[in-house]
Amino acid sequence: MDLKEKLVSSFLAFENKGGLDLDSNVHDIRLKAIQNFEDEGFPSKKDEEWRYTNLKPLLKHDFSLFPITNDAVGFKNIKDYLINEIESYTLIFIDGVFSSFLSDTTHDECDVCVISSALTRPKYKMVIDNYFNTIAKENNSLSDLNTAFTKEGAFINIPKNTIVPKPIQILNFSTGSEKEVMLQPRNLVVVGENSHVQIIERHQNLSKNTTLTNSVTEIFVHKRAIVDYYKIQNDTENSSLIDSTFVSQKMQSVASVHTYSFGGKMTRNNLEFYQEGEHITSNLNGISILNNKQHVDNHTLVNHKFPNCESHELYKGIYADKSTGVFNGKVIVQQAAQKTNAFQQNNNILIDNGATINAKPQLEIFADDVKCSHGCTIGQLDEDALFYMQSRGIPKNEAIALLLYAFGNDVVEKIKIPQLKSRISKLIAENLGVNLGFEL
Amino acid sequence: MNKFTEDDLKKELETKEYEYGFYTDIEADKFPVGLSEEVVIAISKKKNEPDWMTKWRLEAFKVWSEMKEPDWANVNYEKPKFQDISYYSAPVQKKKLDSLDEVDPELLKTFEKLGISIDEQKRLSNVAVDIVIDSVSVATTFKKTLNERGIIFMPISEAIQEHPELVKKYLGTIVPTTDNFYAALNSAVFSDGSFCYIPKGVTCPMELSTYFRINEGGTGQFERTLVIADKGSYVSYLEGCTAPARDENQLHAAVVELIALDDAEIKYSTVQNWFPGNKEGKGGIYNFVTKRGLCEKNAKISWTQVETGSAVTWKYPSCILKGDNSVGEFYSIAVTNNFQQADTGTKMIHLGNNTRSTIISKGVSAGKSQNSYRGLVQISPRAKNARNFSQCDSLLMGDQCGAHTFPYIECKNNSAQIEHEATTSKIGEDQLFYCNQRGIDTEKAIALIVNGFSKEVLNKLPMEFAVEAQKLLEISLEGSVG
Repeated sequence: MDLKEKLVSSFLAFENKGGLDLDSNVHDIRLKAIQNFEDEGFPSKKDEEWRYTNLKPLLKHDFSLFPITNDAVGFKNIKDYLINEIESYTLIFIDGVFSSFLSDTTHDECDVCVISSALTRPKYKMVIDNYFNTIAKENNSLSDLNTAFTKEGAFINIPKNTIVPKPIQILNFSTGSEKEVMLQPRNLVVVGENSHVQIIERHQNLSKNTTLTNSVTEIFVHKRAIVDYYKIQNDTENSSLIDSTFVSQKMQSVASVHTYSFGGKMTRNNLEFYQEGEHITSNLNGISILNNKQHVDNHTLVNHKFPNCESHELYKGIYADKSTGVFNGKVIVQQAAQKTNAFQQNNNILIDNGATINAKPQLEIFADDVKCSHGCTIGQLDEDALFYMQSRGIPKNEAIALLLYAFGNDVVEKIKIPQLKSRISKLIAENLGVNLGFEL
Repeated sequence: MNKFTEDDLKKELETKEYEYGFYTDIEADKFPVGLSEEVVIAISKKKNEPDWMTKWRLEAFKVWSEMKEPDWANVNYEKPKFQDISYYSAPVQKKKLDSLDEVDPELLKTFEKLGISIDEQKRLSNVAVDIVIDSVSVATTFKKTLNERGIIFMPISEAIQEHPELVKKYLGTIVPTTDNFYAALNSAVFSDGSFCYIPKGVTCPMELSTYFRINEGGTGQFERTLVIADKGSYVSYLEGCTAPARDENQLHAAVVELIALDDAEIKYSTVQNWFPGNKEGKGGIYNFVTKRGLCEKNAKISWTQVETGSAVTWKYPSCILKGDNSVGEFYSIAVTNNFQQADTGTKMIHLGNNTRSTIISKGVSAGKSQNSYRGLVQISPRAKNARNFSQCDSLLMGDQCGAHTFPYIECKNNSAQIEHEATTSKIGEDQLFYCNQRGIDTEKAIALIVNGFSKEVLNKLPMEFAVEAQKLLEISLEGSVG
C-alpha cells in the first residue's frame, strides 16, 4: 500500500478515534481537505512547482502515522535545542503530542497554548471559525493533507495592543519510538492590532530513525502589528521536512520570516505572503548551508494586492559536497498594487564540484508605477581576499570559513533577538567547521 | 515648415498602424485545408524531394500526431485548428526564373511596398536577399558574387536537390523532429526556407538576408532555415517578416538551425514584424518559432532580435555551447502593444570549458499586452569556468499591461560565475517632463526614451536594420500614451 492510500484509508479511523468533535465546522474542513488530497495526491516532478525536488524516494517509506509516544523524554534530552539564555514561553511537542510537563504556556495577556484545545473549546470557536484554514486552503495537496490530519500544534492568539513580553519557542521533537514516523503539526498564529510578538520554531529528531514532517503554519497579522518568525532547521540526516507557512497581513503591519536551513535530508519551505492592505512591509530572509547529500528547496511567494506596499527578500546559500539548493522566489504585483517596492536578492556559493543550485527568481507584474528588481548570483569566493588572509597567516580552511561566514552575515544581522543571533552564529560557525573565537 | 497639429497626428495614427497590412492579389497554388500523411507526401512530391527527405518528414509527422500542444507558456490564445489550415501555398510561377526582370510585376510591387526594391537593394545596400512568400522562396539575389567564394545561399528546397549531402548531415541535428510540438509540425510540412553554407575560412562579404511574407489567407507558414558556418568562417544573417492584416489568426511555425564549427562566428538578426492584430486584439499571427544554434570550439553565435509584431509570440533562440571557449549572445527587444502577448527569451546551455554567454533582454509593454521573459542558463557538471551575465529590463506603459520574468538558473559546477538581474519600472515622469519642457511632445518623447532604453540591443543590429528597427519601435508604440 503506498503512502497516499494509507493516509486516505486511515483518515476515518483518525477522526473517530481521536476524540474529535464531529459536529464542528472543522470536521467539514477536514473532510473537504482529505477529498482534495485524494484527488490531487502528492506532487510529482512534472509539477512546475516541484520541478527540482523529487518526493518519490521519500514516499516509499512505510511511515507510521500515529506513533507511540515516548514519555521518557526529560528536560535534559531537549535542553540543547532550547534557547535557554532568555526567558520565553515554550510549547514542546514530543512525537506530535503536547508535553505540558516540559512546556511553559500562558493565558494571562495572550493565549499561548495548543491548537487541540482551541479546536474543541467554545471559547475559541470564533477565532477558529474566522481563521483556521482560511489561507492554507486549496493551496496545495500537502497543506490539505495536513489540514485533514490536524490534531496538535501551537495556538497563539494575541489580542489588541499587546506586546508579548517574552519570545515564544515552538519545538517539535521526534524520539524515534518507531522506525519511520510521519508527523503533521499545525500552527495557528493570530496577532491583533498594534501587537508585537516574536516566535522561534524548530523541528528536531532525537534519534537516527527516519522522520517526515509535514508542517503547516498560518499567521494572521492585523493592522500595525509586528511579527518576527524564526525557523531553525538543523535536523539529522534522516529527517525530512515539508514546511508550509502562510502569512496574511493587514494594513501597516510588518511581518518577517527568517529561515535558517543547516541540516536535514530534504527540506522544502513554502513561504507565502498575502498583503491585504496598504503600507505593508514583508521581509523574507533565509540562509542555507548544506553538505553531504542534503537538499533544501526554498519556495517563496509575495502577493502584492494593494498600493504602497513593500517586500524585501534576501536568500543566501552555501552548498558543499553533493548538496542541492533550490530557490524559487515569486513576486506578484497585481494591477491595483501601484507604488509597490519589491526587492529580491539571491546569492549562492558552490563550494564543491558536485553541488547544484537551481534558481528561479520570478516576477509577475501587472502594475506600471512600481519599482521591482531581482538579482541572482552564483559565484566563488574572492581569490584576492583569500590570498590576503593566507598571507597574514590564517590557514586556508579557516580563511575560507571566515569568508563564507561573512557572506552569510547580512542575513544573520537581521535577527532581533541577541541571544538567538549568537546561537545562529555559532551554528553557522559549527557548520563551516571553524572556531570563530569571538562572541557576537 | 507645416505645423504638425493634433489632427495630423490622429490621422497618422489611424493610417500608420500597420503599414504592411496589405494583400497582394497574386494567383496562388494552394493546397486544400487539412493535414494528413497524404498532405505531407504531397508537399514532398511537389518539391521533388528524394526518398530520405520524404521519410524524414513522415517520421516527424508521426511524432507530431502523438504530441500534445504545449500550454506552459504565459500566453492565452485560442488554439489554432490544425485541420483548418492549408499547409502549402505558393505564388504561381510558370517557369524557373533566371533574372529578376522575369518576376511577376505584381510580386515586384509587393516588394516595393515592403521597402525592399530588389533592384535597388542590389545596387545600394550590398545585401543578398532571399524572399519567401507564403511557403515558397521566390527570389534570391547576388547568387553569383556569393558563388565565387564558394558560399551557398539558396532556398532549402533547392539545397535538398543540389547539396543533399550537406542537408542530410545537418538537418534536424540541432532541432530534432522530436524536440517540441511545433518543431515536429514544421519538420513534417515545411515547404521552403533558406539554406546557407559558408566554407572554411571564408568571411561572407555581405549580409545575407531572408524576407518572409505570408500573403494568402487561411494558410500557415512553415519555413526552415539552416545556416552552417564551417571552420573559421563568418556570416551575418538577417531575417525580416510581414503579413497582411486579416481578421483570422494565422500560424507561423518556423525552425532555424545554426551550426558554427570551430572558430566560426554567426550573427543572426531578426526584425519580426508579423501583423500583430488590430486594436481590439482581433487577428494577427501566432508566432511559434524554434531557433537554436550549436557552437563548436572557439565559435560564437549571436542572436539579435527586435520583436514588434505577432499576436502571440513564443520564441526562445538558444545556444548550445558545446566547444571549449565558445561564446553565446542574446540581445532582444520585445515591444508589445494593444492585446499582444509575448513569451520570449533564450536558453544558454554551457557544456564546454570556459564558455561565456551574455543575455540582454528588454521588454516594453503598452496597452493591454503581456510581455514575458523566460530564460534558462544551464551549467553542466563538466563545464569549467563558465560565465554568464543576464539582464532583463522591463518598461511598463499604462496600468493595463504586464511584464513578467521567469529566469531558470541551473548550475552544477562550482567554478561557474553567474549573474542575473532584472528590473521593472515605468517611464520616468521627470524624463518626460524634461522633454516636454524642451518642446518635444509626449508621443515623440516616449519614442526617444524607449529608443534610449533599447539602445544596447539596437546597437548590435547591422546598420540597415537598426534604422528600420528604430522606426518600428516608434510605430508600435504610437497611441500607447494617455
